[in-house]
Amino acid sequence: MSGVCQLFVTCLVDGFSPGVGVATVRLLERAGYEVAFPFDQTCCGQPAFNAGYADQATAMAEHTVEVLDATYGPIIVPSGSCGDMLTHHTPSLLAGRPLEDAALRVAARTVELTRFLDDNGIDVSGARSDGTVAFHRSCHGLRGLGLDGVGEDLLDRSGVSRCELEGADECCGFGGLFSIEMPEVSSAMLETKLKAIEASGAEVVVGGDVSCLMHIEGGLHRRGSSVRAAHIAEILAGEEA
Amino acid sequence: MSFRERATVALGSPKTLATDDGARRLAGKRDQAVAEYPAMDAMRDRAREIRMHTLARLDEYLGPLADQVEARGGTVFFASDAAEANEYIRRLAADRGVETIVKSKSMVTEEIELNEALELDGRRVVETDLGEFIIQLAHDKPSHIIAPVLHKTRFEIGELFAAEIDAAYTDDPFELNAIARRYLREIFLSADMGVSGVNFAAADSGTMVTVTNEGNARLCTTAPRIHVAVMGMERVVPTVEDMQVMLEVLARSATGQRLSVYTNFVTGSRRPDDADGPEEFHLVILDNGRSRVLGSRSAEILGCIRCGACLNICPVYRHTGGHAYGGTYSGPIGAVLAPVLQKDDGFSDLPYASSLCGACRDVCPIRLDIPSMLLGLRQEFTEAGETDYGWLGPGLSAYARVATTPFLWRAFLAAGGVFGRTVGRDGYITKLPFHAGNWTTTRDLPAPATQSFHAWWKEHRGT
Repeated sequence: MSGVCQLFVTCLVDGFSPGVGVATVRLLERAGYEVAFPFDQTCCGQPAFNAGYADQATAMAEHTVEVLDATYGPIIVPSGSCGDMLTHHTPSLLAGRPLEDAALRVAARTVELTRFLDDNGIDVSGARSDGTVAFHRSCHGLRGLGLDGVGEDLLDRSGVSRCELEGADECCGFGGLFSIEMPEVSSAMLETKLKAIEASGAEVVVGGDVSCLMHIEGGLHRRGSSVRAAHIAEILAGEEA
Repeated sequence: MSFRERATVALGSPKTLATDDGARRLAGKRDQAVAEYPAMDAMRDRAREIRMHTLARLDEYLGPLADQVEARGGTVFFASDAAEANEYIRRLAADRGVETIVKSKSMVTEEIELNEALELDGRRVVETDLGEFIIQLAHDKPSHIIAPVLHKTRFEIGELFAAEIDAAYTDDPFELNAIARRYLREIFLSADMGVSGVNFAAADSGTMVTVTNEGNARLCTTAPRIHVAVMGMERVVPTVEDMQVMLEVLARSATGQRLSVYTNFVTGSRRPDDADGPEEFHLVILDNGRSRVLGSRSAEILGCIRCGACLNICPVYRHTGGHAYGGTYSGPIGAVLAPVLQKDDGFSDLPYASSLCGACRDVCPIRLDIPSMLLGLRQEFTEAGETDYGWLGPGLSAYARVATTPFLWRAFLAAGGVFGRTVGRDGYITKLPFHAGNWTTTRDLPAPATQSFHAWWKEHRGT
């Protein structure tokens, strides 16, 4: 199995967690794919879109669609949230605009990373984790893209030790700019999530979205917790920091 | 006060913890009931079809509904707003010499504040739903669409009954129930007027259905000599058969029951050969902003059947409780309904009271896309310059400029790396200025990477 994949790495991976992008490249290359990285990619516009700033979101969505539509092959996104944006919201945001068709083409080619790994039966036996993992089901991947149990299946197949996380499908309170617009409520939601993580007995909390993981990691660090956060690509590629 | 201010006060309070407990319990029951009913998904599709079909043709169904009710001896009044609805019922009560009014649970009468209006004239209004009865005794407000006292514990209720209606203190739910039942029974028998809500009204026959678990609606609508039903104009369905579909999804979504204990069908007033029933029946059909919503981007929200499932599943509602929303309707549904229906300063940040996690959309029996409606309202508020978060505008515009100019983006990433190295300690930033400081009050921020993915790719793979 081989072919060309385009990597849409997402702005947060680009700026905050490049290791997730590197791990994604390694996973795909090991499986025989040729990975391309459209170099002019930036941010899909989701932060502005979720905050209700349609003009700014549209500008970024158009840029993203232009860059990605000029490529071919599946577009792999190591994020349920940005994957949901490209699949569902970008086409609706650009409906009735010149790039509507291009947005639909890009949407049809977009595949969230764990879905791609699962659908293509990609070997994940090289996975490694320095401790038991618990999987947090990020909202947009779970409910927007229907990734119900995909991450857990991959982890279990990879052979890493995994424990259950109570309320795994409850929002961690990040919600993009929600975390800054409603910091008190966001923090209370995070608190509930952190307590569940600590009660799970896991040493590493794993998810498919850097955004939620930054929130969780930032909360764990502030509490002085010994639990670490890692993206599923890092675990599966055997590159967990 | 804003949602944010009200919510901040509510976080972690005993009231909110009680709400969280209750909401989780109800959500669990709902999940179980849905799992046991293989036809649920198909029923939800059908229920949605019926609601959307009706909303698109409200005028075609409200006329026949009124005709049917009148053909069966009822009187129909179309109220354009709360004041008109209240005035109609006040005048009716005055004309008929009404002293005592019993009410069954109705959110729409909360919306128009009917009790307060009737009490102004010195009439006695008694809520007969156990939860609403408790709310009335406590001079409180409902915090949940179907479970108004979700925020109270049985201990508080025991104390309330002891203080307000001279009952011996008990915190046993069965005994508390029995106390309310005894107290209310006398009032039912002496009441002159019964006021009820309407879960659904069928246009083909003028039949109205009300669901309860206590049987109080049946008493309210049959024992007093006058029955007044108040409904939001969107509560009409084409036929009685359609009601059946709605009932299949309503009770399961609300309380996890297959059917509520009492499903009360009322068609008109007492007929000559009826053994009992009211002498007069009045139906008040309320607009109160609904026409305006119908013509807006949020029109779909009128498909709501008030089951409360979105409240129970919502992490924001669970953490803040219903009162933080500040209006009659709380939770995700309230975050859409209150700003569009009950225009008020205190609701301007309600569309932002959501992390857009989508759990509400997943459980809604009508499959209402609440997150999209919240997004739509955020966009409307932004476009109208009415958002509380106008300070985000300049930053997002600058960010969009950078993100649509690839070389600026890469420079931005490099600058982020320098910032992270300078300000970060052991890879974390613990204090940020201005609005970004809202993050670091409770959370550290992982520092931006010294080498961005773009830079890594260029180094290892070339461009």
